[in-house]
Amino acid sequence: MLTRLLSGDTPRSGLLTVLLLIVLVSLAFAPFLFPGTKSLETAARICIFIVLVASYDLLLGYAGIVSFAHTMFFGIGAYGTALALSTTGPNYGSLIWGTAAGAVVAALFALAIGLFSLRVKAIFFAMVTLAVASAFAVLVSQMSWLTGGEDGLNYRIPRELTPAFKLIDAKILDVRVNGKLLAYYLVFLVSVILFLVMLRIVNSPFGRTLKAVRDNAFRAEAIGYRVVWYRTTATVLSAVMAALAGSLLAIWLRYTGPATTLSMEIMIDILLMVVIGGMGTLYGAVLGATLFILAQTYLQTLMGVAADATSAVPLLPILVAPERWLLWLGVLFILSVYFFPSGIVGRLRAGRA
Amino acid sequence: MSETAIKPRIEKIPLKDQLFQKLPVLLVPLLAVAGLIAIGNPASWLTLTVAGLAMGMMIFIMASGLTVVFGLMDVINFGHGAFVAVGAFVGFTVLAWLAGWTASPSVMLNLAAVLIAILVAMLVTGLLGLAFERVIVMPVYGEHLKQILVTMGGLIVAQQMIYVVWGPDELHLSRPQAFQGALVIGEAAIEKYRLVAVGIGLALFLAMRHILKNTKIGLLVRAGVENGEMVEALGYRIRRLFLIVFMTGSALAGLGGVMWGLYQETITAHMGSEIMVLVFIVVIIGGLGSVEGCFIGALLVGLLANYTAFLAPKVALVSTIALMVVILMWRPQGLYPVVKAK
Repeated sequence: MLTRLLSGDTPRSGLLTVLLLIVLVSLAFAPFLFPGTKSLETAARICIFIVLVASYDLLLGYAGIVSFAHTMFFGIGAYGTALALSTTGPNYGSLIWGTAAGAVVAALFALAIGLFSLRVKAIFFAMVTLAVASAFAVLVSQMSWLTGGEDGLNYRIPRELTPAFKLIDAKILDVRVNGKLLAYYLVFLVSVILFLVMLRIVNSPFGRTLKAVRDNAFRAEAIGYRVVWYRTTATVLSAVMAALAGSLLAIWLRYTGPATTLSMEIMIDILLMVVIGGMGTLYGAVLGATLFILAQTYLQTLMGVAADATSAVPLLPILVAPERWLLWLGVLFILSVYFFPSGIVGRLRAGRA
Repeated sequence: MSETAIKPRIEKIPLKDQLFQKLPVLLVPLLAVAGLIAIGNPASWLTLTVAGLAMGMMIFIMASGLTVVFGLMDVINFGHGAFVAVGAFVGFTVLAWLAGWTASPSVMLNLAAVLIAILVAMLVTGLLGLAFERVIVMPVYGEHLKQILVTMGGLIVAQQMIYVVWGPDELHLSRPQAFQGALVIGEAAIEKYRLVAVGIGLALFLAMRHILKNTKIGLLVRAGVENGEMVEALGYRIRRLFLIVFMTGSALAGLGGVMWGLYQETITAHMGSEIMVLVFIVVIIGGLGSVEGCFIGALLVGLLANYTAFLAPKVALVSTIALMVVILMWRPQGLYPVVKAK
């Protein structure tokens, strides 16, 4: 039953299983295990980014395509939901049609870009997506009559998902059962479902063919698979998943702006998460996203301590200053591409064999 | 058999095909004329055209290294923008040291200061290119996916190092006295600096063309682009050749960075990745690996960006994407596709 749920793709490593279980249990009981607003925010971000990073891994790890437009799809999803909620009011109808519209628009964009530039070379696709994504970000921040420009959109979500709504008056384990908790579990459950769906996709015959195309496109074509079709479908699927993750973010934050959805920084974060976690395995996305966001939230504090401790030594405090955490992750990123391209998950699995 | 030795036969290309190949050259004047019709006012058209040409030349300087590196070694450097930013920061630092020279009204001192700044910036970015090639790019030859990832990682690290060295704030610097102000021709005002930029860009393009067409090293580079293995088989070290090209490309990116910085008068650590978008568009339009295509592409993008910035400011960047799409529909490999004999 469990194996079926995971589509036959078990973690295949004791330590990995333990780590994944820790992540799952912590996220499932986050409101009770780690009380406080900041940790709940972090947990929700982790859920959303696991979906986002997994959908990027579908493209990068399984299809071998580098795209820099993933935040664009993420943003389309977020803006779809945000626009629907802010124009037609906070009800479930607009929530659903906004999310659906975002996903459809993302799919169409992905189809257009894919058909246009996947015929040529992988490198071409990377450059085209980089250009298109940055143009899109500029366009969104300039169309302020629609998107609120740089300030983004603030809107209300259905009342049942806001802190004002109380499901029951009593507290469970000292935690208020309010709309915020419901919203968190909505995010969590949808993330789990989307993740399992993606696991299903990559372990289907389609996923296998995708890997074949990645490893040797020429041979796959010779056997009779239409390489362009497979690549484009992978792009579209990953775009739709990213858009859905964007919608989750829009519901969770009740705010959508260019900085939270479209910026190049987020794209680079996703790239780091996929590579550090492990390309070509969705479990890598789980570990990568979790570690990265924890590092983003808590490593800076740690580095602040380190900077204070080394303040006597010249230069070192500047290098370990809290703002420089991306520097070290960048170094880690380069090292992981060289020495363990299959990331943490690959390491763990290899260690077992 | 011996008397009928096989002679190399060079087929004459029919006139029609020759014309077709030359066709992209016409695009630049065509776009300029279209711009004149759309804008209507010749004075503002002249101002915008010079601005567009200046921008195009600067983009060309930054993009040329990237495209030759790709042509020669099949390496695309997503970290190229880092050299642009580092060049700009180094150049600004030098200019700030020479503040006395740049503020003086003497044209010679101004020029000397800028020249020194450019040389230092090119030296630093050239050496940085050496390090980048050895440490970051060399282990991943032939693997596109890893190249993209690793060079992107290099870009992140380089940007963060800029923060470490120069601090998180953006730098401001006004241009040297001699380059400030504008010439007024009729009703059109043309900034002096833009003319300088056009001059440098044009000189660089001609020099590059000359080196590529008429010198031995240029011959080797062109041969390497067409068939690297054969060049190696003839006894040339293509890796070393590639290293030289990579360093030159990095130094040119540094030069472009200084020029761009002086043009904008403000630089940030992120300027590299912002300009890279334009650079990539130009490289794609021109055809990966082609210097001529890159030049034409840069001019087209520069002109179009300035015309649309005047006519419809909000769609400036989108218009360059549209240009890319149109050109790729016409020629899917770019204006001048580089033919690989592999």
